[in-house]
Amino acid sequence: MAELTYRDAVARGIAQEMERDDDVVFLGEDVAGAGGVFKATVGLLEKFGPIRVRDTPISEQAIMGAAMGAAMTGLRPIAEIMFSDFFAVCFDYIANEFPKSRYMSNGQLKCPLVVRTGNGAGSRFGAQHSQSVENWCMMIPGLKVVAPSNPRDVIGLMAAAVRDPDPVIFFEHKSLYATKGEVPDGEIVDTLGTAAVARPGNDATILALALMVPRALAAAEKLKVEHGIDCEVVDVRSLVPLDTQTILGSVARTHRLFTVEENPRLCGWGAEIVSIVADEAFYDLDGPPVRITTPHIPLPAADILEDIALPSVDRIVDRVKRSMNS
Amino acid sequence: MATVESRALKSVPAGINDDIGEETRLKLYRSQVLLREAEQRAFDLFLQNLVKGTSHLSLGQEAVAAGFATAMQPGDLSFCTYRGHAHTLARGVPVEKVLGELMQRDNGLMRGKGGSMHLTSSEHGVMGSYAIIGAHLPIACGAAWRAQYKGAKDVSVCFFGDGTTNIGAFHEALNFAAVWKLPVIFVCENNLYMEYTPISSVTAVAQPAADRAAAYGLERILIDGNDADIVYRTAQAAFAKARAGGGPSLIECLTYRHSGHSRADPAKYRPDGELEKWKERDPVKIYRERLKQFGVDDQAIVAIESDVRKIVDDATEACKAAPMPSLDILTTDVYADGGFAWRN
Repeated sequence: MAELTYRDAVARGIAQEMERDDDVVFLGEDVAGAGGVFKATVGLLEKFGPIRVRDTPISEQAIMGAAMGAAMTGLRPIAEIMFSDFFAVCFDYIANEFPKSRYMSNGQLKCPLVVRTGNGAGSRFGAQHSQSVENWCMMIPGLKVVAPSNPRDVIGLMAAAVRDPDPVIFFEHKSLYATKGEVPDGEIVDTLGTAAVARPGNDATILALALMVPRALAAAEKLKVEHGIDCEVVDVRSLVPLDTQTILGSVARTHRLFTVEENPRLCGWGAEIVSIVADEAFYDLDGPPVRITTPHIPLPAADILEDIALPSVDRIVDRVKRSMNS
Repeated sequence: MATVESRALKSVPAGINDDIGEETRLKLYRSQVLLREAEQRAFDLFLQNLVKGTSHLSLGQEAVAAGFATAMQPGDLSFCTYRGHAHTLARGVPVEKVLGELMQRDNGLMRGKGGSMHLTSSEHGVMGSYAIIGAHLPIACGAAWRAQYKGAKDVSVCFFGDGTTNIGAFHEALNFAAVWKLPVIFVCENNLYMEYTPISSVTAVAQPAADRAAAYGLERILIDGNDADIVYRTAQAAFAKARAGGGPSLIECLTYRHSGHSRADPAKYRPDGELEKWKERDPVKIYRERLKQFGVDDQAIVAIESDVRKIVDDATEACKAAPMPSLDILTTDVYADGGFAWRN
């Protein structure tokens, strides 16, 4: 067991899979010589050489297409798109190519690849380098979508994603890169499609993803200590496949549901989950489900504006408290 | 057309496979006749409402598909566009499987799940037909990267139309392939119209692909795409270069589609006489005459033609008799586990 940053966990996760399988290759902008703009891939070039760890031009379509062509023909590529906002310039691959090739070819083609990307706010980068876009991918049949909240999950879910036979979009949160967590020694392999109860509780279920997990946990602590409300925090981890059993099981015990979502409000992942709960667990609920989200806005650059845009610990506490007391 | 011909001939590397040989010539002719007959049949079946949806025919462009496919080795990979019937058939995919897909039957290549624009037959090296302009150029780069990484000798060939040269993915892929020296061949079929608009009226250079080659450090290659011998020789040179580690080629083939862009297009935008002029340079007609010049007797030529017609006739009847796809395939093969489950 050792303490590791989320950033270093990315490099360790990739290295673990590259050591295991020569077919795992890694490409992206500034990922090799520079070790990534977030320094999340430092050391991979030195360890695996320039044939397996390759810098690309600023050509997101070429990166995505090359990863797909390599995956179709036998490699297990990991591609980096530096900021998830840049998905917009290569969205054809995410929306039309990766996820549809197996279906359209009636199972003849495969696309086992991982796209890693820096997602989310907190760096004061403004509207085009800060958005949470996991819902862009969640809605597309054929993709899998994960977003780890801690270093251990980064390694374990990376391994699961690389070994998965389907295309997996792997959202790393930029504001989590510097955070630390305990990580066991040796190989770590997790399972896609599994949520984790990050904090057990009895009075309400709070669902959160990525950066919102530590905030939900801090809010749950405050709610317990200051208001006597005992919240269960579920780290959703994987949007597709979605672990509805863990979510429905938690709601069945607590009878209340809150989602904490960094994405702008419309069509955020929580909306789908609320719909599932309304459909399948309506009579378990003691009150209306509540979504705590970023408003329907592009993100501003100024820190005081960005801070009030995202769900904060205080906003989560306030919203849960109000709802539980009404 | 004389200018095209002479310009084209000049750009063919001298001395390479100067004598194609009768066996290959007969293959080239047979392939072109098959593509012509099958595409014409697809059009007829469309008029009978037996081919549904859309379709984009390669009538008039057969020499490009035949020339490249004949120059390929088993294991080489083809990446096609929505105008991909000819390239798929040219790799040896049975006519019945292609027509079956166009007719949305259970015997189709993808059992009706892909349709005309997405013909795929991985066992024949046809790694998909892509209907988003430009998307498959980077994908072909990826397949070529795998060959390079694995030390395999196969080459990826990516076919596309003139309109593709104005989309970003074209330029990203060309640069990427050149920088990584990938064994990939980019083949532009310039049929003069992007869809309904003349390519020359929306492109900054006269030759939409060839005139861009220099920007990526590549040789300018512009050939007569209606002459299967020229296509075949040019393809051979590009394959040899790719297999020797010499990197990518970009080849612009001048050709002309005899029909509209798609089934919905009667091609009224063409100037009077243009189609007729190009039909004088019909690749099938040119090649039939060439065979005679090389002393192939009429009987052998007619035998190829009637054999091909029988194959297409038999395939048509088999498709008409084939059942529609079973409804259970609606939700299969979304994910690798065979199903479409997104939750537990």
